[in-house]
Amino acid sequence: MPSYVITEKCDGCKAQDKTACQYICPNDLMTLNRDLMKAFNQEPEQCWECYNCVKICPQQAIEIRAYQDFAPLGANVIPMRGTDSIMWTIKFRNGILKRFKFPIRTTVEGSVDPFKGKPEVDMAKLKQPGFFTTTKAMPVIKK
Amino acid sequence: MEKETCNFSFCSKPTIEEIETDLLLIGGGMACCGAAFEGARWANPKKMKITMVDKAATDRSGAVAMGLSAINTYMGDNDPVDYVKMVRNDLMGIIREDLVYDLGRHVDDSVQLFEEWGLPIWKMGDDGFSLDGFQAKEAGKTMLKDGGKPVRSGKWQIMINGESYKVIVAEAAKKALETNRAATGEKTNHYERVFIVKLYNDAKEPNRVAAAAGFSVRENKIYIFRAKAMVLAAGGAVNVFRPRSTQEGQGRAWYPVWNSGSGYALGLQAGAELTMMENRFVPARFKDGYGPVGAWFLFFKAKATNSLGEDYCINPEALAEAKAKYGKYVDNLGTAIRNHLMMRDMKLGKGPILMRTDEAMAAINKTFKEKLGDKEGAKKVKHLEAEAWEDFLDMAIGQAGLWAAQNIEPDKTPSEIMPTEPYLLGSHAGCAGFWCCGPDDLGAPEEWNKKWPAGNYNRSSTVKGLFMCGDICGASGHKFSSGSHAEGRIAAKSAIAFILDNPNYKPTINETADHLAAELYLPFEVYEKYKTLTTDPLINPNYIRPKMLQTRLQKISDEYFGGISTWYMTSKTMLDAGLQKLQVLKEDTSKMAASNLHELMRCWENYHRILSVEAHARHILFREESRYPGYYYRGDFDKIDDTNWKCFVNSKYDIATDKWEVKKVPYVQLVEDAAPVKH
Repeated sequence: MPSYVITEKCDGCKAQDKTACQYICPNDLMTLNRDLMKAFNQEPEQCWECYNCVKICPQQAIEIRAYQDFAPLGANVIPMRGTDSIMWTIKFRNGILKRFKFPIRTTVEGSVDPFKGKPEVDMAKLKQPGFFTTTKAMPVIKK
Repeated sequence: MEKETCNFSFCSKPTIEEIETDLLLIGGGMACCGAAFEGARWANPKKMKITMVDKAATDRSGAVAMGLSAINTYMGDNDPVDYVKMVRNDLMGIIREDLVYDLGRHVDDSVQLFEEWGLPIWKMGDDGFSLDGFQAKEAGKTMLKDGGKPVRSGKWQIMINGESYKVIVAEAAKKALETNRAATGEKTNHYERVFIVKLYNDAKEPNRVAAAAGFSVRENKIYIFRAKAMVLAAGGAVNVFRPRSTQEGQGRAWYPVWNSGSGYALGLQAGAELTMMENRFVPARFKDGYGPVGAWFLFFKAKATNSLGEDYCINPEALAEAKAKYGKYVDNLGTAIRNHLMMRDMKLGKGPILMRTDEAMAAINKTFKEKLGDKEGAKKVKHLEAEAWEDFLDMAIGQAGLWAAQNIEPDKTPSEIMPTEPYLLGSHAGCAGFWCCGPDDLGAPEEWNKKWPAGNYNRSSTVKGLFMCGDICGASGHKFSSGSHAEGRIAAKSAIAFILDNPNYKPTINETADHLAAELYLPFEVYEKYKTLTTDPLINPNYIRPKMLQTRLQKISDEYFGGISTWYMTSKTMLDAGLQKLQVLKEDTSKMAASNLHELMRCWENYHRILSVEAHARHILFREESRYPGYYYRGDFDKIDDTNWKCFVNSKYDIATDKWEVKKVPYVQLVEDAAPVKH
């Protein structure tokens, strides 16, 4: 299900420090045409339809068109990812619409403080089972 | 044919950056994020440097990049001993029980951290119905770390709202790396969009890893990382067999398409011993969209049948036939055996196989309305319908798109399921990977820990300083996302111990920086040298482009090594013929051609795929039985033969001679047999 970029909406992330879709694509597919200053998917047959480019695009310029080797035309799935939840709109080929909203995180983005309130390491335990966070004895297989 | 070489006569030479670090993390998925978190905590007081290198952006890299709707490994009140029994059963009797138990006793801590960091986890409401992560928080439900009860979709699985699962886990890892920068004064220790191509062993100690070389996918730059130890978690191998999808649909692999076998190829070229590379995973998933079936089976209690409405898993004739070949392994109906029974019906023309989502929803509708009355019952059913869609939207969005395109409403229409093309992996329901040192307190043979040649360090490979986790630590499947994170933590902690035990070690390699640059940039040199010969650079007799390299590999593995076109059937004669063709393909890799950095990555990814497949084929050839019916069959040995083959198969590749050594290693049972299943 390759991503496609809507010409009118894409502004090449001119105002940003980097092209968002190009930055995020796990498979290095999204790329910028510097002459046009528009992004495009350079290898649609390697697209996993993970929607990360769709979710991150500040212009909502990217959508997904289903793989045509098995999917009929006429449907779409569009996300709107906020800071704590995501809204999905699913349009069926026959026009049925479904909308869903799901939580995505319970903390503010960027607020994770990984070691806050966690134990300091005890170097004497470096070669024992357990993590630096482990406070109880680790179980073993009882015979 | 003459081999091509690169001396930068045609392509321009990249800049070279050399980096010295203590612990190098190769990969940025769940496992290396765990390694960064745990590793930084132990490294910081000693001012040891940790460096992570990821071929993508860590927020959305690895197998969890899209998100997940469940965490498949959380012990909670379960005993890790029972976890070992489940994993052993599903992987047809041969696993490293020390590694699996060790994973089981560690994994919950990671899941509890995910919740603290912000991952929404479903909890059971007071009315016996599930609450999503927000509702649970609002209702003041106890957190997992304080004994809170998650919603179970199966004995080991818990439900989450996991759209941002990887983003959250990456945030903790990146913050941990930041603390390491503060502790060491390093400016940079997190490299994104750098693709590692090859590991290099130490100049003085051949069985010790010393350096990793890769290139930027964004600028003409080579990176050489020298490290005292490395944690390798560069994923399993996808798109190694010809997929069922064609043309643009090939991206819709079940496992992430960017898992290119780099984990296997990097480790095996360094000389690390592999184990159970004959194992593969062939998931039965919703046809074409490859959406998850777990929640439908476990949570919604849907049944899969053939098109005549028959449950193929209880057909007495089929079971008797399977039992004659595969013995007691049929009784527990593990994933491989269920696949086998499904395919039998498909071959008899009783397909398509259908997941009866309509019947499951009707049953739920009836129960809810009886229990709660029409109005409240209908409300709960609507909530459940949303949960069913979320299952796809969190982790296989394309499946939702496919249902919409086909006008499939799951409460009205059943959906086809289908066994996919084969995948190589070691963290999901497969166990292909490296032979690793285990913990020494679980009663395992000392050869697996105290007498480990590279030293007694948990998750060390047989190469000194090289630690494995996630998809590539072998014979220990069913870790899934949480287990991979936990295993990354185990490996990093252990690697820190190794570094501290070897304080005077300084990594050096024989190869010069220029040599490495030339090796990595060869596909550029080849392309630039020949591209003007023809009017269309795509078609040229002097080189092979990455796309066709992948296509040729997929055709060989599909036709000779038991892919979909032979219904997963292979044999000695087929394997021998395929391996010959694969050898020629390997020769042709000296003529890989890339016109830009993206293609350069694709060239080397496909090189990694080729080596992963070779290991797979050589292991299947060596194991003269059909240990995993439903995943692959040896037509010449179509039975499970516990007398001769209840053992590990291990192998080692010698990069200097391009030769493989394959051998048997005894299986040792640490956890008693499970009680027999009653039918």
